Order: sequence, then structure tokens, then C-alpha cells
Amino acid sequence: MALFKRLAETARPALSFTLDGQPASGLLGDTLLTAMLTCAEHLRGSDFSAEHRAGFCLMGACQDCWVRLEDGRRVRACSTLLEEGQAISRDPGRQP
Amino acid sequence: MKPVVIVGAGPAGISAARTLLDHGVTPCLIDENLRGGGQIYRRQPLGFQRSARQIYGFEASKAQAAHRTMDELAPLIDYRPQTLVWNAEDGRLDLLDNGRAESVDYARIIVATGATDRILPVPGWTLPGVYSLGAAQIALKYQGCAIGERVAFCGSGPLLYLVAYQYAKAGAKVVAVLDSAPFSAQCRALPALLGQPLTLAKGMYYRAWLTAHGIPVHQGATLQKIDGEQRVSGIRWDDHVLACDAVAFAHALRSETQLADLLGCEFAWNTLNRAWLPQRDNAGRSSVNVVYLAGDGAGIMGADAAKMAGERAALAVLEDSGVAIDQRRPAVLEQQLAGIQRFRHGLETAFPFPEQWAAQAPDALMVCRCEEVSAGEIRAVVDEGHWELNRVKAHCRVGMGRCQGRMCGLAAAEIVAERSGRGIEQVGRLRGQAPIKPLPFGVEVQP
Ligand SMILES: Cc1cc2nc3c(=O)[nH]c(=O)nc-3n(C[C@H](O)[C@H](O)[C@H](O)COP(=O)(O)OP(=O)(O)OC[C@H]3O[C@@H](n4cnc5c(N)ncnc54)[C@H](O)[C@@H]3O)c2cc1C
Ligand code: FES
Repeated sequence: MALFKRLAETARPALSFTLDGQPASGLLGDTLLTAMLTCAEHLRGSDFSAEHRAGFCLMGACQDCWVRLEDGRRVRACSTLLEEGQAISRDPGRQP
Repeated sequence: MKPVVIVGAGPAGISAARTLLDHGVTPCLIDENLRGGGQIYRRQPLGFQRSARQIYGFEASKAQAAHRTMDELAPLIDYRPQTLVWNAEDGRLDLLDNGRAESVDYARIIVATGATDRILPVPGWTLPGVYSLGAAQIALKYQGCAIGERVAFCGSGPLLYLVAYQYAKAGAKVVAVLDSAPFSAQCRALPALLGQPLTLAKGMYYRAWLTAHGIPVHQGATLQKIDGEQRVSGIRWDDHVLACDAVAFAHALRSETQLADLLGCEFAWNTLNRAWLPQRDNAGRSSVNVVYLAGDGAGIMGADAAKMAGERAALAVLEDSGVAIDQRRPAVLEQQLAGIQRFRHGLETAFPFPEQWAAQAPDALMVCRCEEVSAGEIRAVVDEGHWELNRVKAHCRVGMGRCQGRMCGLAAAEIVAERSGRGIEQVGRLRGQAPIKPLPFGVEVQP
């Protein structure tokens, strides 16, 4: 299921990526956040209770959208553009 | 020679850069975003097709002008997009440029860091599907997306009606608008608002358009709870329950003041903004010799004022560096800014801060979404005798997480003030700390 709904700009070229190992697709110009939330419902588990989070501010302020790339880098999903072939994984967060 | 550095490429920073360059001074313009424009004129990525009219509505021509200026300036100045200033000290800034740490020395600095949404948390606000009003606008403006299928807009402030209107216009389903401000407040504000008839007309237009299109607008309605298990399923207020799968909410804006703080600027309590703000004179000079402040980062006044203040601050930089300027221009700008300031007073009357929020926040409400600290835990620290915000933070970690209190700091201050029986201006403010945003693990920082 998706959280976000595309209303415009749907004619852009498709980019494929994987989310936690599963194949997925986004569009050229999507942020990681947009690409993930148009096919999934969350971005990460919270640090202290593993509660699902899906970002909040989209402007680089809340820091609730960090995801992991295959090279080990952690990036803010709302301010990073999607690239072809990226393998994105979601931190499950810490169980209490 | 050390450059004049401008931090922030919103309306304030862009107009400051233009003014400096027009006077023969080549600035260094640093901005965290991919493309210049700031919040209001945030620019969609390359390859998107929508017209400026579709994205910015009434502000289309101003947005285009800002983007044109930015495009003209980019090759002529030292423009550094996608670069975060994460620390500031006497004469030097620490930067993170595309994952690389570096630093830049400055002769003078104009801080034009803008604003983010002002958030008063409600139960359920951390659920997937809940976003700030600004976030909802960014999803649409920057990505062509709605935050859900059935969206409710809540809180208060000018962005409330604007974003709801933008969503409905773009084809999203807006299920309701809840304005915590009563209609009577908006009537009281009219005299001051009439000072800026055009802006007022726009606000009234959005409100009327929503009603004309059958979108329920509830005034004096305070969002009480957002329901949902793994994601949003509905909202509650008074005795109403409404199903929806997304919520956008905020209560106006808060200034982004961390850099001014690290630079040593003096702060003072500002009643209108209900916040501690770095002090600036009419020209934008701060209390620190070579530090200048412009735009919403030093008090919320909106985009037109930000543009004027950017020019005014740049003129001050030029005057102080011994460069000749048109001596009539500063007075013109200062007069226009004073006019907008009066309008701002009107807006605050129209969308008053919900002073009862802190008393009504349930103990279980999670105030700090990073460290997961509840209102009850904050109150427990106050009950032990603490009331200064940084002390409270040290005891329960509220505001200590990765967002550095950007989301929860003001709300935490309200709870501390209410519980300790002090005025909101008496409990202090969270001090800014470097790095002002988290650095990715593995970035090498020179000592
Ligand atoms: C999400 C959002 C949407 C808005 N939409 C509207 C609207 O539609 N209409 C309206 O009238 N008003 C809107 N506003 C109000 C808006 O704040 C002002 O109208 C206007 O953008 C202020 O201009 P500014 O130049 O002061 O700051 P901004 O436009 O906020 O620009 C500040 C810039 O500084 C950058 N920055 C901040 N800190 C750093 C740092 N440490 N390092 C590097 N760069 C940094 C930011 O990335 C940003 O690009 C909006 C505000 C927000 C937060
Ligand atoms: S969503 Fe807030 S920082 Fe990315």
C-alpha cells in the first residue's frame, strides 16, 4: 500500500530500485521519500519503540526520514533524489 | 580576501546576493537545498513540466522573477547549493557540501535561514500520514504528490487555507479544514489586515473558494486526536469523528535561529512571534559587528518582507564596508517593512496562538518525537522544581534528539511554563549546538 498519491508529473521516466530487497519503481526527479511512500507506508522505525515513521517536515528539519543505502551511507529521504538501481533499506528501530 | 557570505537562498538571501553583486561585491551564497528559491518559491526538480502558475498560483510571477535572478546570479557568484552550514564561529563557517566537510572564512555574514512550521503536537502526530502544513505543500509543489487520498488540514495560520486550497485545486480530496482560530478573531483583525489589501484578498479568496467547492471549513475547531494503528485512519475534535488517511497541521511558522545563536547574536523575547529572536535593527544589523540578519529567520514577516530585508541588509553590509550606495533607498525599504509589520500584527490577531494548548495536552502525549518524551515526563521534571528549559532538557532529554528541538522545543517550553506557573518568556530557550543538524556517520571533521 502507498501513503502518497501522485497527482501530477506522472510522465517522467521510471527508475527501478529495491526497498528492503524487494523490487520497486519510482520516477526520475522523485526524492527517496516520494519513491518509497508511493509504494510503501513507512520509512523507518523510531529509535526507542520501533514505531513506524514516514517523515514529517519534508524540509530537512525533523530528521525523521533517515534511510540506509547499500554502501552503508545514511541519508535523509526527503532531501535526496532517487537514482537508478539504488538499494534502499529501512532501519527497523529499537524495540523497547 | 574573505568574502561576504549569505546563508540561505530564499527570497531574502537571493535579493541580498543581487544587491551585493550590483554594487561590485561578489558574495558566497550557501543553501542546503538542491535549487535556490527558499520555501515559498521552492523549485521543482529539472524535468518537471508544470507551469509556475500551476505551482505558485498568485505568486507565480514573483516566483519566476526569483528563479530568474537565481539563474543569472549562479554563474557570477560563489553559489553553493546542497551545502549545509552546520557550525558557525567567529569568522568561520563549517560546511557539509555533498557529504564532504569543509570550511569557509567570512568578512561579513548575512544570515537568511528562513523558517519551518511551528508545531503543537497532538496525540497520534507521529503516525505515518501526518505531516506539517509546509510538508504537505512541499509534497505537492516539489513532487506533484498529495500526502494521502483523503486529507484533513488542521491548526491555524495563513498556510492553512492556502495549502488546503492548493490541494483541492490540484485534484486532491480535502475532507475538512479545522481552524483553531474562531471567526470572531478574524473580524477583530480586519483593521490591521486592511493595510495589505492584496494579501488579505488572497486569504479571503482561498477561504471562500473552499466553501464554494463544498469543502467543510470549521472555525474555532481544535484537532484533539489523530486515530490510527499503523497509519492515519481519522481525526477527532469536539464531538466530531472524521475518517481520513492523511493530516496536515501546524500553527504558523517558527524562525530558524540556530546559526544566529552560534554566531553570538543577542536574543530577546518577541511577543508577536511568541519566541526568542536574534535582535536586529531596522537595517538588519545584529548585536555582533559583522553579522546581519534578514528574512523570516529573524522573525516571521513573509516573502515580500524577506526580499526587502535581504536588500536592506546587503545595503548595510555595503555601507559598513565603505561602498557607496543610493542614500535614499534604505529609508524606502524601511518604510515598506514597517507597513508589513503592521499587517503582521493583524495576522497574529486573526490566527491567535492557542494559549490553552499546554494545559489541555494529555500526559501521554508524545511531545518529542526523536527522544520519545511525553508531556507527563516533562511535567514530572517540572514538579521536581526545574523550570529552565535547558535544565528540563538535561533531565528528560526533550529537545535533545536529532532535530535539536525544531519540532518539539516550543511545545516543551509551553508545557514547562504552564506547569511551573511562569510566563512563557520566563522559561528560557533551547541553546543552539553544533552540529545544528546531524552529520552523516563517517564524515571527517577537522578539529
Ligand atoms: C514549507 C513552507 C512553505 C511556505 N510556503 C509559503 C507560501 O506558499 N506562501 C507564503 O506567502 N509564504 C510561505 N511560507 C513562508 C516563508 O517562510 C516566507 O514567505 C519566505 O519563504 C521567507 O523567505 P526567507 O528568504 O526568509 O527564507 P526561506 O525561503 O525559508 O529560505 C531560507 C533558506 O535557507 C536555507 N538554510 C537554512 N538554514 C541553513 C543552513 N544551516 N545551511 C544552509 N542553508 C540553510 C534553507 O534551505 C532555505 O532554502 C512558507 C514557509 C514554509 C516553511
Ligand atoms: S521529513 Fe523531516 S527531515 Fe526529512
